[in-house]
Amino acid sequence: MASNEAAAVELTAHADHFVDAAHERRAAQFGMWLFLANEILLFGPLFTAFALYRYLYRDTFAYLSAVHLDWKLGTVNTVVLLVSSFTVVVAGWAARCRRSIWVGHALIATIVLAGGFLVVKYFEYTHKFHEGLLPGKYFTLDLAHDVALHMESLREMGLNPAQMRIGPGASMFFALYFLITGLHGLHVVIGMGVLGWMAVRAYRGEFAVRNDTPVELSGLYWHLVDLIWIFVYPTLYLL
Amino acid sequence: MSPAESAHFPRWHFFNQTTGVMSWLTTLDHKRIALMYFGAVVSALILGGLLALGIRLELFNPEPSLVDAQTYNRLFTLHGMVMVFLFMVPAIPAVFGNFFLPMMLGAKDVAFPRLNLASFYIYVTGALFTLWAIVHGGVDTGWTFYVPYSTTSVVAVAPVMLGIFIVGLSSILTGLNFIVTTHTLRAPGLNWGRLPLFVWNLYGTSIISVLATPVIGIVALLVAAEIIFGFGLFDPARGGDPVLFQHLFWFYSHPVVYVMVLPAMGVVSEVFATFCRRQIFGYKMLAVATLGIALVGFFVWGHHLFVAGQSTFDAGIFGVLSMLVGVFTAIKVFNWVMTLYKGAVDFTVPFALACFFLYFLIFGGMTGIALAVISLDVHWHDTYYVVAHFHFVMVGSVMMAFLAAVHYWFPKMFGRMYSERVALSAVAFIFIGFNLTFVPQFLLGNMGMPRRYHQYLPMFQSLNVASTMGAFILGLGMFLSLFALLWALKWGAVAGDNPFHSRGYEWNTASPPVQHNFHTPQVIVDGPHNYEGPPAAQPTAKVAHGVE
Ligand SMILES: [Cu+2]
Repeated sequence: MASNEAAAVELTAHADHFVDAAHERRAAQFGMWLFLANEILLFGPLFTAFALYRYLYRDTFAYLSAVHLDWKLGTVNTVVLLVSSFTVVVAGWAARCRRSIWVGHALIATIVLAGGFLVVKYFEYTHKFHEGLLPGKYFTLDLAHDVALHMESLREMGLNPAQMRIGPGASMFFALYFLITGLHGLHVVIGMGVLGWMAVRAYRGEFAVRNDTPVELSGLYWHLVDLIWIFVYPTLYLL
Repeated sequence: MSPAESAHFPRWHFFNQTTGVMSWLTTLDHKRIALMYFGAVVSALILGGLLALGIRLELFNPEPSLVDAQTYNRLFTLHGMVMVFLFMVPAIPAVFGNFFLPMMLGAKDVAFPRLNLASFYIYVTGALFTLWAIVHGGVDTGWTFYVPYSTTSVVAVAPVMLGIFIVGLSSILTGLNFIVTTHTLRAPGLNWGRLPLFVWNLYGTSIISVLATPVIGIVALLVAAEIIFGFGLFDPARGGDPVLFQHLFWFYSHPVVYVMVLPAMGVVSEVFATFCRRQIFGYKMLAVATLGIALVGFFVWGHHLFVAGQSTFDAGIFGVLSMLVGVFTAIKVFNWVMTLYKGAVDFTVPFALACFFLYFLIFGGMTGIALAVISLDVHWHDTYYVVAHFHFVMVGSVMMAFLAAVHYWFPKMFGRMYSERVALSAVAFIFIGFNLTFVPQFLLGNMGMPRRYHQYLPMFQSLNVASTMGAFILGLGMFLSLFALLWALKWGAVAGDNPFHSRGYEWNTASPPVQHNFHTPQVIVDGPHNYEGPPAAQPTAKVAHGVE
């Protein structure tokens, strides 16, 4: 009984300058949405740059995307992130039901999926390092040779290299590839840190007696990381 | 004004309710955070000002005298970056916004006090890091760090980019905090139609901070990545486009002009209302114009690219949109002037400064309209005309509003009154000095003197001498003003709760306020600055408030 009362006090706890816990929660949610808007603008210039160079070096970008990015791996990663979005929803739902342990379990599942995403990215990155597909001065791929090598698969895709202007802007494609996926990957890592911290708090049983706003907000952040990937994936792998 | 009329200094207030250095360094009180910002931005102002004096000294003579070309480039880079990123952007929002936004909303604090303190420390970290990086790296790119110069220069530009990113993060967090505070912490009865105009302007500013600052952040990181890894993103030799940098840079750096000017407009609206004894004429139009400027400001960046190879069609659109900002600004100017008309004007230091603000805004703004005309811009581009224009509109008006805010709210913040006579003469020096500095620069620019050179043709000397003398008069006025205020801090007469008899909400408490701002929960029954009828019930500050 006493512990129930203590729990009730914890649940209605709020900072002095708010009227009640619901008020504080509304403010926190609103703040998070603004932060997410700001995050989207952080990626804005990268997508702008991609749009510009994709327009300037259309054929090169199309060629490199088709031949040197594995759309299968991209798809796998998309699915992985979508599932992780689901598990984070489960965590939020468990937090609303005050099942702190289940919050922890769902968050661990999310973190594992995020780790899987990074492992796939790791293999994609190392593969590109080997092929010399690095941006700027580190770009060592012999494009003419490369095109000749992929003649067969290009034909299968219905592309005719003879009619394409492949060459200029090649290193630019990989500059943008590494910048966009790198910045996104950084967000994944930060997200894993935040979710990990939430998981620790969950296993301590905090969300059984405290309001679930932190879980909800970290979940929102994770959804954004997922959402940005939803734009990165077609832009880089499919266009 | 006779502040002494039976005024008493309250026993308990936010300065003495908790004491010790740690109580300041770890404070969550928005007022204390505001005062810490105050110290930081004034330090930046003094540093930037001294650098400006150094630049003017060098330009006293046509031939190189004090410093060589390289040092001169570093001087104006440091001056520009300190003034723009460390002083002008945070000056009014971080100091007076932090202090008065919650008080104007009848709230106890901002929505996220911890985040507020964090953004202060992020600012300090970013500021110190940027200063170190500029000085240590000898950065000479100018505050605009245009590519390809910044990416090929032998000096270390990359760390500065990181510093700018950090400072930007701080202004994002402050903006976010202000928006949420305005939405969620308004006192009962304080609907949007009753918000003080200072709040409206902070709101517009915050939107720009949150939406534009991430762009400059990532651009700074891209430049850093370009330098470190040689990505070639802006390098034509690798297929990159330097003009892309200019687009992205100005997508932030034009709206940031409004991050500086909107809060200034807010201050001036409060000052005019108080000293004309009436609510601002056309309150709603002013609020709408504020949001209009914030919105249109996002779509005018191209006026910086008229000579950068932008298509004529784009240039035309950007030119017309830029003039639209002038329309919104003109609406504001007309409303302020209408407020003055038949207002019961009380000529005080803040009022004088607000009038100076109008002067700089009008002339700075009109020279801006002239610059938005493509054919004229081609002639004036990168001359002293542009330098004079943005110093008039950004520095002139923002500095006047900053000083107006200082003098208007000083008694509220510190509970003491400065010497009106000394302050007024300081302000006169500042105004005269400012004009003497920059009016000659308009003329020089029109005669064709380019900016950013440490020497010039002998024919330009007389005007440059005038400009340098003006700068020193301006500096003299600034220091006089500083000393008058520092003196008042200790020995000024006790101001009383409301020496200006203002009916802004923030005056509805003791001076200086208590820790949670008000002795009683605020309920708003009327718009701000309603000077008809008897004043709203004043707080009974005699009640000693315990330490919380
Ligand atoms: Cu502009």
